[in-house]
Amino acid sequence: MSELAAAGAQVEEPARPVRIVLAKVGLDGHDRGVKVVARALRDAGFEIIYTGLRQTPQMVVEAALQEDAQVIGLSLHSGAHMTLFPAVVEELRRRRAEDIVVFGGGIVPEDDIVELKKQGVAEIFTPGAPLQSIIDWLRNRFPAR
Amino acid sequence: MPERNLLAEFKAGNIRGLARAISLVEQRDPSVRHLLEALANGARRPRVLGFTGAPGTGKSTLVDALVGNLRESKLRVAVLAVDPNSPYSGGAILGDRIRMQRHALDPGVYIRSMGARGHLGGLSVASREAVRLLGAFGFDEVILETVGVGQSELEVAAIADTTLVVLTPGLGDGVQMLKAGIMEIADVFVVNKADLPGAQKTMQEIRSMLNMGPKLSWRAPIVGASAIKGEGVVEVLAAVERHRAHLEATGEAAKRAEARLKDEAADLVAEWARAQARRLLDHDEAVAGRLRRDRIPYAAAEEILTRAGGRLVPEAART
Ligand code: B12
Ligand SMILES: Nc1nc2c(ncn2[C@@H]2O[C@H](COP(=O)(O)OP(=O)(O)OP(=O)(O)O)[C@@H](O)[C@H]2O)c(=O)[nH]1
Ligand SMILES: [Mg+2]
Repeated sequence: MSELAAAGAQVEEPARPVRIVLAKVGLDGHDRGVKVVARALRDAGFEIIYTGLRQTPQMVVEAALQEDAQVIGLSLHSGAHMTLFPAVVEELRRRRAEDIVVFGGGIVPEDDIVELKKQGVAEIFTPGAPLQSIIDWLRNRFPAR
Repeated sequence: MPERNLLAEFKAGNIRGLARAISLVEQRDPSVRHLLEALANGARRPRVLGFTGAPGTGKSTLVDALVGNLRESKLRVAVLAVDPNSPYSGGAILGDRIRMQRHALDPGVYIRSMGARGHLGGLSVASREAVRLLGAFGFDEVILETVGVGQSELEVAAIADTTLVVLTPGLGDGVQMLKAGIMEIADVFVVNKADLPGAQKTMQEIRSMLNMGPKLSWRAPIVGASAIKGEGVVEVLAAVERHRAHLEATGEAAKRAEARLKDEAADLVAEWARAQARRLLDHDEAVAGRLRRDRIPYAAAEEILTRAGGRLVPEAART
């Protein structure tokens, strides 16, 4: 079947795409990476809610709750990841929404990734990470429903 | 699927319950019927404002400004912002929310981005049920932002009490849109980006188009605005108020409410019938075989409708 025909079949069978809130947290204008990721995920069938720059952890979590997102994707290149990423996880806990998966990418040293994973961040993708590896990771985490 | 007690969450005012319920109507989960019926009792319909217009005319920016104004009057406001899905992957980038960030933490504001998910008409298939849910949740105002429309996405007018068509100076999109039937659905014209040159000319163009058209009991006002500067927003809201008063005074409000209910019922019948048809076509050898033999669908379609209840077959189509 062609891709278009497959899409047609999807319309018949109501779609249930995984919804992902993508955000740049803190004071960080490097949005090229997150935009590239957003397009790749759209093309892989995900619904991306892009909230833009300068988000606080509270804003990101509130958006995820209002949007009924299953995933929060954070992007950070400013070096503040050790405070901001865990702050999002903590805010989710406070709002009793620990079921929402937090992952992200940007400039994060290897040692910090290990520590962030201990604190509840599911995965981090750093510069050069193939887009397909991000898609595969999500598909693995959220098998077709 | 509803593993949680949505009704209880909903009644407790839990925003996740609302968000989840909207997802279920988006997924066409038939079980939402029970939730919607349980909530219908005593729920009032919120006032619904619809914003439509070509891509990039400033709908989201205008909505953001309007929400600010409505919040000053302590009204609880929900925004349903629809963007298209990719026809190839089914995925989407929903970006309207970016323009509404200053309301992100206001508990009196709920913003929901929706993918059109292949639904034509500029809205999501779930928009109507979502409006019901939002009303039951206690929102006073619901603002619908359609996908940046091309020519024929006029569905918003069937759902909104007041439809605002957003245009911009220059571009030539003004005339394009006016040709395409948008003229008829506009209750209010907003010429946004009035800070750019050419706004007066665009307003004049709309005015002369209106003058050429039939004389109606409501003449859509043309309001200039600069959403980005927050100018003209009060005037837009004033025009909406006047339209609303007109609807009430002429009995049009009640007529539209009835028409909306009829539309909703007819669409539900179509949706249920379609689902039934799909099931028979895919799983019933008699129906599928007939279609294969005939290679033209009328007889198979009639057989499906007959089985689903003979009265569903339109008189003129009976053999
Ligand atoms: C381009 C660039 C800029 C551009 C940004 C343009 C833009 N709109 O994005 C400009 C010139 C504006 C800029 C400015 C600055 N920059 Co700069 N910049 C870069 C540079 C060279 C490339 C970044 C990039 O776009 N890469 C391409 C994209 C596709 O890759 P990516 O962002 O890494 O994304 C990938 C992954 O990280 C991951 N990913 C990213 N986000 C997400 C999100 C999710 C959910 C997932 C799953 C994955 C994911 O997936 C992507 C695909 O593989 C990097 C160096 C580098 N090699 O990374 C420095 C770099 C990021 N910048 C840096 C600095 C210091 C600055 C400035 C502070 C410089 C200054 N003193 O003025 C300013 C700050 C500006 C600001 N307001 O924040 C430092 C950061 C150092 C640190 N954090 O320790 C870097 C690392 C350079 C360096 N080696 O020092 N920069
Ligand atoms: N000059 C000027 N620019 C504006 C005004 N309002 C919005 N814009 C800009 O126009 C661009 C599009 O604005 P949006 O609000 O995203 O437009 P939209 O109609 O919601 O776009 P879609 O949802 O993609 O169809 C942005 O860059 C805005 O900053 C205005 O009053 N004046
Ligand atoms: Mg918009």
